[in-house]
Amino acid sequence: MTVSGVALLAISTLLGVFIGDLLGLALNVKANVGGVGIAMMLLIAARVWLTRHGGMPSGIKLGVEFWATMYIPIVVAMAAQQNVVAAMRGGPMVVITALSTVALCFAAVALIGRHGRDRKHEVEVEPELERGGKVIAGAFQPGDPEHAIAVAREV
Amino acid sequence: MLHMIEHVFKEQNLVAAFAVIGAVMWLSLAISKRFTAGRVHGSAIAILMGLALAYAGGLMTGGQKGLADVPVFAGIGLMGGAMLRDFAIVATAFEVDVVEARKAGLLGVLSLGLGTILPFIVGVAAALSFGYSDAISVTTIGAGAITYIVGPVTGAALGADSTVIALSIATGVLKAVIVMVGTPFVARMIGLDNPRSAMAFGGMMGTVSGVAGGLAATDPKLVPYGALTATFHTGIGCLVGPSIFYLGMRALMG
Repeated sequence: MTVSGVALLAISTLLGVFIGDLLGLALNVKANVGGVGIAMMLLIAARVWLTRHGGMPSGIKLGVEFWATMYIPIVVAMAAQQNVVAAMRGGPMVVITALSTVALCFAAVALIGRHGRDRKHEVEVEPELERGGKVIAGAFQPGDPEHAIAVAREV
Repeated sequence: MLHMIEHVFKEQNLVAAFAVIGAVMWLSLAISKRFTAGRVHGSAIAILMGLALAYAGGLMTGGQKGLADVPVFAGIGLMGGAMLRDFAIVATAFEVDVVEARKAGLLGVLSLGLGTILPFIVGVAAALSFGYSDAISVTTIGAGAITYIVGPVTGAALGADSTVIALSIATGVLKAVIVMVGTPFVARMIGLDNPRSAMAFGGMMGTVSGVAGGLAATDPKLVPYGALTATFHTGIGCLVGPSIFYLGMRALMG
């Protein structure tokens, strides 16, 4: 049943956001602390549990992956509702701060992203990564190979 | 006739948004294929188009929500709003390689820390050099450099001036826009081609919208890894902004 996949996704999201709100409350912050990240971990845990207990029903997979394939269109809609006018009119201080922050953070990514790279492992997981990328890009074809490695390997 | 079409668009706003965004995606893919031979990602062009539409919408209505403020395109606001955006981001976690994500966990934590402190320092330096001298304003502008939510949350908690809060929001929004547009161009230079560096990227850049857009335009397979760390960023920023960072600034500035 496709809707069970959508429901699984919805439950993970609701639970994650709720825990994020609780964390915010506990830390006395007026914001959600990592709710979406926690929801992602819950969904990953659900996937691992399902694959271990008799495989992944195709309905669940379809229900979740449909929303993953909608990711880029949703991001485009998100871009279309940013306050770009305000961002452009910010004045020199805003421009200087934003530009130098981004430049500095890019440089930091270059530095720490390189730390402890494991090329051999990367080559091993490449097919699975490629498949994930195709799903998120909305370019996954029904005939393409499935989670071949993820299923075979113990996680 | 035109009036009736308008009515349908308003009544079926989310459905209309699917059609509009679908058309934008299709056009972007066509441009990517025909004019750049696929070298510039279709999604990158689509996000640029989205931003351009947001700019046009903002000019037309004078509102804050870009194209979504135009009544016939109100559905864009729902489709690209926080609810569905987070829903889709969570869905991408289904494609995560668990081993890879776990191995990069520490890197993600490190990048979250750095990604909060470095922007704050840059923001503080800019605020000081533009003549702000009170700890509250300086902290608020510094917090805006973390994300456009941390800025106003910090400013409101400290009782900052509304113009200062507006500046901090503008800084955060511009940062998000630059990350969305700039990431594909620097991706190769900063080694952004594997899950590890994507997790570092998410923690470092922070802004969920920037990371979501930037990675989608660069390489969709990296999206879940970046999102996993980025979604902690705003919470951490809101935690340290009005507390540790403000106390630190007050101690430094007297």
